[in-house]
Amino acid sequence: MNKPVLELKNVNKSFGPIDVLHNITLQVKAGEVLCLLGDNGAGKSTLIKTLAGVHKPTSGEMLMDGEPVSFARPKDAADRGIATVHQFGGTFPLMSIGRSFFVGVEPTKGFGPFKVFDKKTANEVAVKAVQEFGITRITDGDRLIGGLSGGERQSLAIARALHFGARVLILDEPTAALGVKQASHVLRVVMEAKKRGVAVIFITHQVTHAMAVGDHFAVLIRGALAANFMKGEKSREEITDLMAGGEALADLDAHLEDNTGQGAAAATVS
Amino acid sequence: MEPKTGAKGISLGSLARRPETGSLIGFVVVYIFFAALGGKVFMSAPGWSSWLNIAAEVGIIALPVGLLMISGEFDMSVGSVIPASSMMAAILSGHYELPAIVGILGGLSVGLLVGFVNGLIVTRTTIPSLIVTIGVMFAVMGMTLGLAVMIKGSTSVSYVPDPLTKSILGQFINGMFNVSIFWWLGFVAVFFYFLHISPIGNWVFALGGDRESARNAGIPTDKLTIGLFMMSGFNAAFVGIAQVMTYQSAQVAGGQSFIFNSIMCVVIGGVLLTGGAGSVVGILLGTMTFAVVNQGIYFAALDPNIGSIIIGALLLAAVLSNDSFRALAMNYATKKK
Repeated sequence: MNKPVLELKNVNKSFGPIDVLHNITLQVKAGEVLCLLGDNGAGKSTLIKTLAGVHKPTSGEMLMDGEPVSFARPKDAADRGIATVHQFGGTFPLMSIGRSFFVGVEPTKGFGPFKVFDKKTANEVAVKAVQEFGITRITDGDRLIGGLSGGERQSLAIARALHFGARVLILDEPTAALGVKQASHVLRVVMEAKKRGVAVIFITHQVTHAMAVGDHFAVLIRGALAANFMKGEKSREEITDLMAGGEALADLDAHLEDNTGQGAAAATVS
Repeated sequence: MEPKTGAKGISLGSLARRPETGSLIGFVVVYIFFAALGGKVFMSAPGWSSWLNIAAEVGIIALPVGLLMISGEFDMSVGSVIPASSMMAAILSGHYELPAIVGILGGLSVGLLVGFVNGLIVTRTTIPSLIVTIGVMFAVMGMTLGLAVMIKGSTSVSYVPDPLTKSILGQFINGMFNVSIFWWLGFVAVFFYFLHISPIGNWVFALGGDRESARNAGIPTDKLTIGLFMMSGFNAAFVGIAQVMTYQSAQVAGGQSFIFNSIMCVVIGGVLLTGGAGSVVGILLGTMTFAVVNQGIYFAALDPNIGSIIIGALLLAAVLSNDSFRALAMNYATKKK
């Protein structure tokens, strides 16, 4: 087995008197998709913010490639190759694809102080990067981000992160706001990222999406790791029950499925 | 599904999606309207000089105010920087009889300093820039009045510039065209380069689009915001100094009209009030439209109050059309189904 890219050892995080994360020990390897499951308020957001350098752990250790790391700000995490893609892509709706792709790392041509933003290169690189992920509908780098569908935006954001050398990709509920077809686009992009040897941390509360791409699952309940298992070790019903804190939600789920078919089932887990 | 080639080339459709198109249409309509009413005089040199002189003054300030708006901030303090800088220049060069260059540099420093303070407060606190700059505006107004009365014992200071300074900053070419028109065009070129060609322009758009993401992408957002406020202080000070050189005196009052006028030019020019979108060409067109209405009224022999009504209506129309042009740009994708 290869060594984990990112590892948490007994990480705790509290805001004042409120403990949000208890003793989290987790690891994610290159080319592996770790699905982080949990209900609202389970501490998923705090955990990924800790990974991304927004919060510092109160205690515990974070290791990258086996050596301890400490991030003072998100930029530090980004420099080490940890990239976060948020639910809405975290991009700029009124900027063109090419321009937003290169925000902060603008390609330039020209010399001395008269640097010129190289729009042609920016557009070409951005379009190529996203097309490699199978989003062939994006062909014009001058289009505005706001004109893309939710799935296309997510895919673009992921392509951007990988283009700039992300080794750990944190996806914060990338499929939550998407329709079925759009979500499947994003899942395909996740698989492609995995194939390229990126360690993916996929946060979701849609068990179906998690099971489609995940190799490794971790369930958070009230800030603690309730379960940590590999693909195939638990069934969909068991995972749903775990997320709901052990209540027999799966029964309800199955019940609804019988009555109203697949669509309603998807709605209940989302 | 039609294949999109991404080839450049100007089609009607892509033109309609350009944010400046609305501003261009607005300018053409307004110009034709006043040309029809104002007749030959409005279309000849006196007419052009009349609105270009107005456009130059407000336009020099509208450029940085527009950039600030694109980055998501407002600057109201320009209204007090104009009298403060002209007073500084007149006191240094007129009252103390220092060389003109000292007065000019002193005036410009006032603008840069006010901009720096604005930027510092906006980036260090969570107070919206609208409120910060209104507060700073009043503070600067008070200090200008206080210092003028203390030093000169009067609310106006006169200064007769030497011929060279006068010819650079305050001359009327052919007795009609104020030299600041050329300064304005120069500033347009500089700001166009900054916003649309240099890589930093990208940061301005990113800042207005989503400050948090911009910071995470490694953009020095605080420095950029302070820099933009300093630009607007600088340009407002420049206009204040040009006024001293042109009219040979500095007043503590005056300049208030520039606050709303500059914002109006910017919004008529298609800059989004909420930030994230806009262009220098749009701001240029918005300024021209504003100035044509402002001066066209006199040539058309209409009641000047009608001018204010037209400008008000233009502003509303501009905001509405900004929204629809943005919607058009966003809908680019849905057409292909």
